[in-house]
Amino acid sequence: MQSNEEHLRGLLLRGLAGDAVAYRAFLQDLTAHLRAFLRKRLTRLPDEVEDLVQESLLAVHNQRHTYDPSQPLTAWVVALARYKLIDLLRRRSRQDVLNDPLDEDNEQLLAVDGEAAEAQRDLAKLLETLPERQRTPIVCVKLEGLSVAETAQRTGMSESAVKVGIHRGLKALAARIRSGA
Amino acid sequence: MKTDELINLLSTGLEPVDKPARIRHASAGLVLGLGAAALLMAVALGIQPDLAYKLQLPQFWLREAFCTAVGLAALLCVWRLAHPGTHLGFAPAAVLAPVALMWLAAAYVLQGATPEHRAELLMGHTARVCSLLIALVSTPVFAAVIWAMRRYAPTRLRLAGTAAGLASGGVGALVYTLHCPELAPPFLAVWYVLGMLIPTACGALFGPRLLRW
Repeated sequence: MQSNEEHLRGLLLRGLAGDAVAYRAFLQDLTAHLRAFLRKRLTRLPDEVEDLVQESLLAVHNQRHTYDPSQPLTAWVVALARYKLIDLLRRRSRQDVLNDPLDEDNEQLLAVDGEAAEAQRDLAKLLETLPERQRTPIVCVKLEGLSVAETAQRTGMSESAVKVGIHRGLKALAARIRSGA
Repeated sequence: MKTDELINLLSTGLEPVDKPARIRHASAGLVLGLGAAALLMAVALGIQPDLAYKLQLPQFWLREAFCTAVGLAALLCVWRLAHPGTHLGFAPAAVLAPVALMWLAAAYVLQGATPEHRAELLMGHTARVCSLLIALVSTPVFAAVIWAMRRYAPTRLRLAGTAAGLASGGVGALVYTLHCPELAPPFLAVWYVLGMLIPTACGALFGPRLLRW
């Protein structure tokens, strides 16, 4: 686990500096850990696991500036994933689905689960509900792979408006998931 | 959308994270809150007329140090609670230490005073309004701390709200000292602490609702 933590942490730090390849590898490795972590805690709601994995990934991405490099990565990810898990359980107000106490302080992201089930929620559809100024930059930069400059040129938006649109759009996406879309 | 597609979406066109810019942004909000509190104090309450004289008294600076220590220690708690998975460490002890010291000072002053003098040390001239006015002056700071915290990711919302309330109480009390004529430790130990606890209680009460993300 020690080497795993170091490995993931190294990838994230490069990702925070803007290295997209390292960041993608970080998210891919993290996904398997998140899935195992959440599946173990959602045994009575197995259909929700993949949705919550995606929600946690979105949280990790939107809040990546809150990772303090002097702290263990595992503690940061577990805190985010647990927050999203509790949020889900509260939304469903089904506290009885817990099969593990959530307050253990020493939880680790030890296990790996590479088996992705289908997510029930379609993020692509949710994306379509975002306002134009957020959706267009996300589609151009994030889905079509254009640069920020190219997107700005094509859409007539300023480069900072493109960046802000992406940033706010991904936050709005997370908020829409939360409000039960 | 499959999870792999989401990963592609999140990692494509990745921008580097500019942490210093985010810290500057959040700090600017806090400074704005502090400025609004100072303005509120100056306009609604007024700066005490003999401030120039008070500035020469060591008790004045002890009071400033007390409020600053509580505010900064609570802001450290706020900072740590805004970062998921970060332990609070010594920060809560740093909040309690100045309060405990002030209580000790108050006890020392009270036991050395004559019985008829004790009531005055404790009640001063403004005991009835002091705590409420500190809470009032703290309001803009409270809003600013909550706003700044929402730009991060608190996961223990009630605790985060409590720390935010206490931080605004400490900073609000510091601003209030420019109006307040009271310098006696027994007075500060009771009414200042109570004044800081009002926004703290508000934070504990409303934190979960205000800080949810």
